[in-house]
Amino acid sequence: MNKENHQVLLEIKDLHKEYDTRTVLDGIHLRVHKGEVIVVLGPSGCGKSTLLRCLNGLESIQGGDIQFDGESLIGPNVDWQKTRQKIGMVFQNYELFPHMTVIENILLGPIKVQKREKKEVMDQATQLLEKVGLSDRKDSYPRQLSGGQKQRIAIVRALCMNPEIMLFDEVTAALDPEMVREVLDVILGLAKQGMTMMIVTHEMGFAQAVADRILFIDEGKVCEMSEPKEFFTNPKTERAQQFLNIFQF
Amino acid sequence: MQNLGINVLFEGTTLQRLFEGLMMTAGIAFISIIIGSFLGIGMGLLRTSKSGIVQFICRFYLEVFRIIPILVWLFIVYFGVTNALDIHLDGEIVAVIVFSLWGAAEMGDIVRGALESLPKHQIESGKAIGLSFWGLYRYVLIPQAVRRMLPGAINLSTRMVKTTSLVVMIGVIDVIKVGQQIIERSVIKVPTASFWVYGLIFILYFIICYPLSKLSKKLEAKWEN
Amino acid sequence: MDINWQFIISTLPLYQKAAWITIKLGFWGTLLSLIIGLVCSIILYFRIKILKELVGIYVELSRNTPLLIQLFFLYFGLTKIGITMSETTCAIIGLAFLGGSYMSEAFRSGIEAVSKTQIESGLSIGLSQMQLIRYVILPQAFAVTMPSLAANCIFLFKETSIVGAIAIAELMHVTQDVIGMYYQTFESLFMLVVAYLIIILPLSFLLTWLERKVRYAEFGN
Repeated sequence: MNKENHQVLLEIKDLHKEYDTRTVLDGIHLRVHKGEVIVVLGPSGCGKSTLLRCLNGLESIQGGDIQFDGESLIGPNVDWQKTRQKIGMVFQNYELFPHMTVIENILLGPIKVQKREKKEVMDQATQLLEKVGLSDRKDSYPRQLSGGQKQRIAIVRALCMNPEIMLFDEVTAALDPEMVREVLDVILGLAKQGMTMMIVTHEMGFAQAVADRILFIDEGKVCEMSEPKEFFTNPKTERAQQFLNIFQF
Repeated sequence: MQNLGINVLFEGTTLQRLFEGLMMTAGIAFISIIIGSFLGIGMGLLRTSKSGIVQFICRFYLEVFRIIPILVWLFIVYFGVTNALDIHLDGEIVAVIVFSLWGAAEMGDIVRGALESLPKHQIESGKAIGLSFWGLYRYVLIPQAVRRMLPGAINLSTRMVKTTSLVVMIGVIDVIKVGQQIIERSVIKVPTASFWVYGLIFILYFIICYPLSKLSKKLEAKWEN
Repeated sequence: MDINWQFIISTLPLYQKAAWITIKLGFWGTLLSLIIGLVCSIILYFRIKILKELVGIYVELSRNTPLLIQLFFLYFGLTKIGITMSETTCAIIGLAFLGGSYMSEAFRSGIEAVSKTQIESGLSIGLSQMQLIRYVILPQAFAVTMPSLAANCIFLFKETSIVGAIAIAELMHVTQDVIGMYYQTFESLFMLVVAYLIIILPLSFLLTWLERKVRYAEFGN
């Protein structure tokens, strides 16, 4: 399925990011088309999580440009509050608000930020919860849920804002192995519905199944960008080969 | 220069008298801190006792000081105890007694906290490298316990210094009392005397307490990791 | 020792009135302290220029000087340069000046205890800074810092014993008067201690209960 002729939703041009003197991202270029699923791979510390965080304004950048829907996300005049509503993000450690119930967690953004009608949001939330199989946990507190359940709720919370793109930052890394599947299935379902996504993960099988393109980053640079089949069977660079070998016993 | 009330501070022996008053305050604080610390260390050791009765008594002793304001304790000893025993005690003595007993209670709690936080395996590893009982305390346990209790102990000292301001209420000629005398003497000539004198005493207390609380915070931050 | 019950009964109304004054002062002092502390900690959180420095100076001045001298300065010192206020106003301002810095420190450490990732999570759903404070940071900080707030509250109620020094007829002041007038030292001190026990003990239990309640409501443990 080729989505390269779809509209470009997100464009990253020559992105540079430094912590003090250490370069974390060193000239990243990327175009994400509407409906496309990009999986970002790379050894730990390569800058892939930082890349996602830059897209959501959680990190400052030192050079380059990010354009979302044709508007630049660089500079002091960016309305992050507005932009972040269109960019959903899911974190490694769920980060549900512990003092709110599941439904309060989900409703907070749509009602307080987007000022939408409670009833309408409630209907949407109910539908989404049903989809992820958690409609009976509406009034639970996060502490009463398993890791996998919490992560599915976190996904629903982001989805309920009706974002145009979803960012997943190692969302299964903190989970028990038997809970990984339930979360990945939800993301796979989103891909089928045509949600634009950028996913950082260490689940290689999942990456191959869900991705339209694989972005392989090492030492802050894009080493390889290819279709999953090609990347996993016939990686072009030595670095990517080494990386893939780690996952084989 | 007539209008500058601040001059009231530099007339005659004013500064010298205030300084003498301050020494009285500092002396009471210093002696109480020393006595309180020694009693407190004993108290802290007692509180690690396994006996329920000892624990209860120590805890009760601490709570008694935490619930009843210190000023009330000063009154109880100054008016009540002297009256009941039909003896006379100077305000200074009463202050030292009350502050020492209070210091012992709070210090005991700090020492207990420090002792309880010492990891057990430290004792075992100390024994494993062949340290004697005293060696174990001298080289392993006491240095670690001191680190853990020093910030709290310094903090307590700051609180005790601040609380010594109350001794004026039981007739001690401390820095505040001296200040009041100076104000009374010069109030007709210099109506703003109380502003300057109390302002100066305010600063004097700050000069003593601020370095102590900074030190406590610094040590805490340093020894936390 | 013979206790003069007659005397105790006859001075009971006096102590009752004084106890109410103590409670009133403690209540307003605590309430204002909470407000000051909250405002200060929010200023520190947003690192607002100049105000942040002022809060820093205020906290150090307030924490490193005794309440008694703060009160004397307010009550006797400021009146002489043209700022006058009633004893009660002065006492409440003094208590709030002292307590505000303690509450500020408590809130600050509570806010610092809220993890950075929780804040990012709030930002990622588009919350504004004020909404972040209101819906994410403060509810969590409050639960964490509740024990410190409770301790400060008890501390302030005890500190009201000092405001008698500026002629407010609270418990200490009344006791001093009664001892001076009737020489019934034992009975007067007995009433004093009982009065404080009646005020502080229930307050302490109430706060402990509230602590558990808040913790449970926020985190369920």
